[in-house]
Amino acid sequence: MNIAEIADRLNFEIVCGSTGKNNMVTWGYTSDMLSNVMGNASEGNLWITMQSHKNILAVALLKELSGIVLVNGHRPDTETVTQAEKEGVVILATDLPAFETAGRLYQLLKENEDIQS
Amino acid sequence: MRTFKADFHVHTVLSPCASLDMAPVKIIEKAVAEKIDILAITDHNSTLHCKLMCKLGKEAGIKVLPGVEITTKEEVHCLAFFETVETANIFQQIIEKHKPDIPNRKEIFGYQPVVDRDENILYEVDWLLISALSLNLGEAAEIVSMMNGIFVPAHIDRPSNSLLANLGFIPDNLKIDAVEISKSIDFNALLMKTPEIARYTVIRGSDAHCIEDIGSGFTMLYIENDDFDEIKMAFAAEAGRKVMALKK
Ligand SMILES: [Zn+2]
Ligand SMILES: [Zn+2]
Repeated sequence: MNIAEIADRLNFEIVCGSTGKNNMVTWGYTSDMLSNVMGNASEGNLWITMQSHKNILAVALLKELSGIVLVNGHRPDTETVTQAEKEGVVILATDLPAFETAGRLYQLLKENEDIQS
Repeated sequence: MRTFKADFHVHTVLSPCASLDMAPVKIIEKAVAEKIDILAITDHNSTLHCKLMCKLGKEAGIKVLPGVEITTKEEVHCLAFFETVETANIFQQIIEKHKPDIPNRKEIFGYQPVVDRDENILYEVDWLLISALSLNLGEAAEIVSMMNGIFVPAHIDRPSNSLLANLGFIPDNLKIDAVEISKSIDFNALLMKTPEIARYTVIRGSDAHCIEDIGSGFTMLYIENDDFDEIKMAFAAEAGRKVMALKK
């Protein structure tokens, strides 16, 4: 599944970096510690976090993540938006907390896996 | 010029996590005993003890820097030092404007008393001082810089509430005057792991939460006198002033 399909199915808003909306999502990863994401997330992961600092973009690029979902109604900082547009890192937003966001994403990705296999 | 011994990271009884024996007079007594020349008072998200501490420091012949340890929106702890109590008071208003609506539960987090020199409790701060402000790291650094202060991400080696753990690496163009490392960390080992910190002035503070810990981590400055401008010049390594390299 790609970012656009997931955003549509789970009602996530695409806030910026929409050039990345066709990125394929391999799996999800949830953490608010960027050092932890740098160590543990994998290529293609959709990253669930409440951190809105511009450093999230560098981490997403470094780990070749498919995108970022900001939870709890958090919005990217102004600098983050500008840079996300430039770098083409897609940022989604939802009012749901991380637990529900991860739960719904997990379920959706699992269902999709089952259909394909 | 000569060397000055500084402890840039000391809490008082106002911080909920600090020991109740961190009374203003006792802190100064211990600092004198540890031969500290410059002492920064850095309570969590509050400068309310700075005025008293500066006064007591003056009486004892110790330079007290009015300061604070803020928790940014990213939950990164950062130290800020100001030239005067008046400037610290202005920063206090900025903190109040960005404080979260989280009441302190003292049975869980601890007391947050503002005291006088005789340890009488004047009042207790009612919001939880260790919670995150709505200011982000860049905004906080910018404000402190505009106020001619010194801004230093705290204990960057720690696994939580630190710049490196929470944000992965030091962002470009961040207006910081130095980074602080924990008192027990091996500086050379940290440098191997995180070579980027070689670009910054590095200080070590005690992060004292109890009397015995005051001065257990310290930094030596090579400066003319203990004026704020001299300290600033040392952080910037200007005009021969400097922060001496950490021993280990
Ligand atoms: Zn701290
Ligand atoms: Zn501290």
